Amino acid sequence: MAGSFFRTKSLWVIIGLVILFLFPVFLDRFYIYLAAIILLTGLCATSLNFVLGYGGAFQFHHAVFYGVGAYSAALMVLKSGLSPWLGFVVGPSVAAILGFIIGLICVRLSKLYFGMLQISLGSLVWAIVYRWYSFTGGDDGIHGIPLPDIISSPNGAYYFTLIVTSVSMFILYRMIKSPFGSALQGIRDNPVRSEMIGVNVRQQQLLALTIAGFFGGVAGSLFVVVDNTVFPDMMFWTVSLELVIMCLLGGWLSFLGPIVGAAIIVILRTYVSGVTVYWALVLGIIMMLVIFFLPNGVLGYLDRFMKKKVRAR
Amino acid sequence: MENIFGFISPSILSQILVGLSRTVILFIVSSGLTLILGVLRIPNVAHGSLYMIGAFMAYTVSHLFGGGNTGFWMALILAPLGVAALSFLAERSLFQFLYEREHLMLLLLTFALSLVFGDLVKLIWGAEYRSVPVPSIFQGYINLFGGLPFPIYSFFLLVMGPVIAILLWLLTNKTRIGKISRAAAVDRDMVGAVGINVNWVFAIVFVIGCLLAGLGGVLVAPTVSVTLGMDHTLIMEAFLIVIMGGLGNVWGALLGALIFGLTQSLGILIWPQFGIVFPYIAVVVVLIFRPTGILKSTW
Repeated sequence: MAGSFFRTKSLWVIIGLVILFLFPVFLDRFYIYLAAIILLTGLCATSLNFVLGYGGAFQFHHAVFYGVGAYSAALMVLKSGLSPWLGFVVGPSVAAILGFIIGLICVRLSKLYFGMLQISLGSLVWAIVYRWYSFTGGDDGIHGIPLPDIISSPNGAYYFTLIVTSVSMFILYRMIKSPFGSALQGIRDNPVRSEMIGVNVRQQQLLALTIAGFFGGVAGSLFVVVDNTVFPDMMFWTVSLELVIMCLLGGWLSFLGPIVGAAIIVILRTYVSGVTVYWALVLGIIMMLVIFFLPNGVLGYLDRFMKKKVRAR
Repeated sequence: MENIFGFISPSILSQILVGLSRTVILFIVSSGLTLILGVLRIPNVAHGSLYMIGAFMAYTVSHLFGGGNTGFWMALILAPLGVAALSFLAERSLFQFLYEREHLMLLLLTFALSLVFGDLVKLIWGAEYRSVPVPSIFQGYINLFGGLPFPIYSFFLLVMGPVIAILLWLLTNKTRIGKISRAAAVDRDMVGAVGINVNWVFAIVFVIGCLLAGLGGVLVAPTVSVTLGMDHTLIMEAFLIVIMGGLGNVWGALLGALIFGLTQSLGILIWPQFGIVFPYIAVVVVLIFRPTGILKSTW
């Protein structure tokens, strides 16, 4: 847990939020955009970690909820003629429903089969979005989605992203600390025992998958706000594995791990892609190094490092 | 000659043949994947990259030998061997240290490797489309069932499929390494305990599996444009086939490839725009009724 590392947790959180809130005062427009992307990607990775790290489910195609959330929000704003704000309710809801449906089919299977069937169903969704030109715009995606004035400026989009991400992260954190969260971690560590002491394993997992889908959809809707576009490659399966890497890189046993991982990957991608076209090569090598040398992620490493120091004292 | 087989029209029949020749490629690649999954327990995402590298190597070799018949035959022999050599390097330098790690880590590691391979291909061959010429003896079409042209090269593939299947059967059932590897798939500690160097058995199986990926890449090269990204679609399909057939079961891979290839080719006939979704639906249906695949898994 990161808890032992951040001794006075809430104080750090407030300081962090104040700094994030002040970003637009002293940072360039480009960095504001980057920060917003990091926040929403971090939320997406955290929602994945909710089922992967805490729930132990091989959620290999989380990007599908991210993409479906984004597409639903965008299409709602574009085609329904109703209030754009409604899109931000519909996006996550559709993602949650999809999470429930995919969960319903997958939840009976174990580990690798679960993951592969999920990738299959996710690829099915991707294939439909990719081919359905008349509705989703096919491989072009949708550009220039009209947004309410208050969030259409870069700063407005940033603050909206910051607020929604913070609230979502808080809800996810409370859920992990709730009895439901404990049940989830119990299922991860020993499903048979959990079943025996009266936890309805399938039902709890299904609930977790739905929640993860919902917050993946929230992240997707935020992407619509920040970037104003949606495109099918948002939900290609390689994106999902990148999200898994973010969780691994940051450390999936700590709550803030995935957001740290997301920050590292997004920042690296932005700067490395500026220098060379071989970003994937760099990412691949980083991943290998992490798997070999940092199996608990950056935060896991720091946590252990701090503990050692405390003990030495 | 309109309806020689009762209700099966010629167009359906030719589509079935197209599906079968696709099945051959899918089978060759996914049998390698399932071999590695069954014996080594590695979900090798880089398998698709090796297929792509096989295709690119075929391009280079066939152009080195002038692009004619010799070029093709040399590619058919040299490119899979090149892929095998590459996979041997990867196994000795990376995988052999990780056999005890959990599947998720292995999956991520092989994904990392596939990213590296993908960019290396970009570095060596560039991002342009490449084409490998169909060798002259397989060029042209023959007319099927009253006038439907069917490429001769696809017939060559239809022959290659059973040949590879029989060779694999001989390898796993009749040779010493095959028997040892089947035993290692069930209980690797026991195999080690009776004095067999499991480490090398794993290396050999890994190389054979990857060689099949390369072979698939060479065989597919004349029928498609060889390009970056051909690994992404294929590895997904191969994984679904392996899951559908039962992890580690070579005959499951054959069955899965058959289902996948046929639903793909017939699906296009039924609903051209969304033909791509039919194989995925088939996978979902199979897994709903048989959650661990159609045939027995070695896991």
